[in-house]
Amino acid sequence: MIKYILISVLISLSPIDQNSNAKANFRVDGVCGMCKERIENSTIKLKGVKFSKWNNSTNKISLIYNEKKIKLNDIHKFIAELGHDTEKVIATDKAYNSLDPCCKYRDPNVVKNHQ
Amino acid sequence: MKYFLTNIIFLISLALISQTNISGIVLEQSSADSEIVLPGANVYWMNTTEGVITNLDGEFTISNSGNYTNLIISYVGFKSDTINIENQNFIKHYLKPESTLDAVNIKAISKTSSVSYLTSQNIINVSSEELLKAACCNLSESFETNPSIDVNFTDAITGVKQIQMLGLTSPYILITTENIPTIRGASQTYGLSFIPGTWVESLQITKGAGSVVNGYESISGQINAELQKPNSDLPLFFNTYLNTMGKLELNTHFNTKISNKLSTGLYFHFNNNDESHDTNQDGFLDLPLSKQINFLNRWQYTNLEKGLVGFFNLRYLEDEKQSGEVDFDPELHRLTTNYWGSEVSTERFDTSIKFAYVNPDITYQTVGFQLAYSDHSQNSYFGLNQYDISHQSIFSNIIYNSILGDTRHKIKTGINFNSDRYKENVVNSFYTAIISPNDYATEFINNDRSENSIGVIFEYNFDNLNNLNLTAGIRADEHNKMGTFITPRFHLRYTPVEKSVIRLSFGRGKRMANIFAENQNLFATTREIILPTDDLKYEDAWNYGVSFLQKFNLFNSKAELVFDYYYTNFMNQVVVDWENPFEISFYNLEGKSYASSFQSQFNYYISENIDLKLAYKLYDVKTDYNSGSLRKPMTPKERVFFNFSVNSNVNENKSQWKFDTTFNWIGEQRYSNRIPENTTSIIPVYQAPTPDFTTVNAQLTRVFSEKFEFYIGAENLTNTKQKNPIFMSEDPFIQGFDTTFVYGPIFGSMYYAGLRFKIY
Repeated sequence: MIKYILISVLISLSPIDQNSNAKANFRVDGVCGMCKERIENSTIKLKGVKFSKWNNSTNKISLIYNEKKIKLNDIHKFIAELGHDTEKVIATDKAYNSLDPCCKYRDPNVVKNHQ
Repeated sequence: MKYFLTNIIFLISLALISQTNISGIVLEQSSADSEIVLPGANVYWMNTTEGVITNLDGEFTISNSGNYTNLIISYVGFKSDTINIENQNFIKHYLKPESTLDAVNIKAISKTSSVSYLTSQNIINVSSEELLKAACCNLSESFETNPSIDVNFTDAITGVKQIQMLGLTSPYILITTENIPTIRGASQTYGLSFIPGTWVESLQITKGAGSVVNGYESISGQINAELQKPNSDLPLFFNTYLNTMGKLELNTHFNTKISNKLSTGLYFHFNNNDESHDTNQDGFLDLPLSKQINFLNRWQYTNLEKGLVGFFNLRYLEDEKQSGEVDFDPELHRLTTNYWGSEVSTERFDTSIKFAYVNPDITYQTVGFQLAYSDHSQNSYFGLNQYDISHQSIFSNIIYNSILGDTRHKIKTGINFNSDRYKENVVNSFYTAIISPNDYATEFINNDRSENSIGVIFEYNFDNLNNLNLTAGIRADEHNKMGTFITPRFHLRYTPVEKSVIRLSFGRGKRMANIFAENQNLFATTREIILPTDDLKYEDAWNYGVSFLQKFNLFNSKAELVFDYYYTNFMNQVVVDWENPFEISFYNLEGKSYASSFQSQFNYYISENIDLKLAYKLYDVKTDYNSGSLRKPMTPKERVFFNFSVNSNVNENKSQWKFDTTFNWIGEQRYSNRIPENTTSIIPVYQAPTPDFTTVNAQLTRVFSEKFEFYIGAENLTNTKQKNPIFMSEDPFIQGFDTTFVYGPIFGSMYYAGLRFKIY
């Protein structure tokens, strides 16, 4: 039995199709830890997104996703729907207004407070 | 000041290059004056795919085909920077390590010892700062300021301290150094004293079953010691320690960077105690005369560009202990009945290699490989008993980490190989009434054996990123003595409301008992070893645990309440039966054996500089012996622990005062039966439990500067002493002589002083 488990472990170690591990790196506007939690925790739940990290200081999101399951444009749209502007898609005022007061990245005073 | 330099670009010279090319050099911003170049850093134009990688000298040349103005420089482990390019000047850019930034941020809130909040397992992290609170001497003392671990003496001869967790002794704890099991087999009894305190960088203590990754042997918990690493340890460290018992310790660390990627460290430890002390005047030394030389060489390889990290370690140790009667001279009296004496000499060699590969593109995919070999040999005699053991051990595993779907679902899978070869010889000289109470018989026991196992591991971790985190692990092993078996383990963390954490765990552990290596104190008696007629089976137990942690604010300071309850149920156990004072018997459990442990703890962080810990523990550890169900001997039922530490503010020249004190109250313990079988008159003193007692330790450290600090301390300030730790010390060569009835300190107050010298 052990032999079979060993073989299956080795199979799972074999290389993975490139398409399914597409990488993306783009700007997403936000200011605080709460933004980070919202951006990361929402995007990771999208079907096809495997890895999501947003950097507070560079305002960049790093994604690894499966191109077969989700398109990059849809991820941009989804993030904008949360209320965060991306490089390609600007959030509607309605979505932006739904953000918590501390996340209002368009307000220079809020940005200043987080620096 | 360094911080402000981070994003400044130095425009040094006009490079003689074509008009459309930009050149530069990328360097690491380090605290040292030397400049470290960063080969393999990414340099690319913002919002484009046009980029280059720096060469081995950290230099790059990038063409500007469009009218790009923003150049991004990034490197794994460093903060990415964006540079605004206005001309073709040579760029000298410093990247700031990401970890430096994190360390600064975390420092303000980190505690020296903390119960983890986010992991599913109940893990207590002990930092190097906490380890300094008990400055002496090796790993066994590192737990003095931690209420989750109990430290007891095993006998009145060797001065060995044994640790207990959840009411079970160290053989039931898996003790690893950097995830390689080290304190097991032949080193079970003395192993903790073979890891010098200054070598330990931090400790992770897991209560309960723990992860399946490091083995199937852990039953009550796991302790992992991370050692100093050549890359992060100081270039030079020197420590010396002296105490009023005459013990001297020296520790030196040398670390050097051989290249960008390779560092090496030499760690040397020496201790010596050649003063005889017999404060209780029973004719026996209170502490053994001892000497240890311990040498470690580490090599660390770090290649961030390729995502490779590796270690190579070599360690050699020699340890000598002599104890027994004050007048005992090993040259003249060895193995005679003139004087009772004992010598234990140990030689050990360890080597290990480990590699980790992190896929630089997909950081959640990693592969780790470890291979370790150790050769341990001990030659010893205790009075007329002799015990020799040699143990060669190989441990290896390869672990692959990845995800299922997305990073909320993590998996670990791998293969683990273990091989142990033991050569063990016992000469048991026991006194038996059948011949005459004053005459002894001798029996030879040979216990050579080999144990091999191979197993596969699978562990799944789920984190809903909000209030639930669980780890479910399973391993299947094939063992030449235990057969094929499955080890499941499960841990769950749930946060019902903010600042509350509930943890649940259960898991199984199995192990082969090493009856002599684990119970070496039996040799310092005149008991007869009784082995069963059938084979001793493996030990097999389930551990269940539940814990609750609540954080709250008390008078505007942070406070924590922790309650935990663990229950270990043995399906089979090798019972160590001390109940006949003239014998020690080993047999397979028939009936019940369990250990239940309750702990409540209050931690209060009054200010950044003052904190206190208060804990109460209650144990119920019972085993069905041949003579009936009894509490485990020499295991306290209750313990109260209190630790208070206060630091002064750090002055501009980095000077500081640090003070901490630990109070322990140990409840009564049960002596194993001391009434001789044929005694008709019951002497009440034999039946009474041990008295309860209190000890207080304190330490004061003066940090003069970053480079130099001095400390003084006291152990057992209340001068608590067990009056007659050695039973029948007046005649050690007679039936009934026993050194194992030790419940408390043998010597009184002890004072020490030491200094640390560091070069950055």
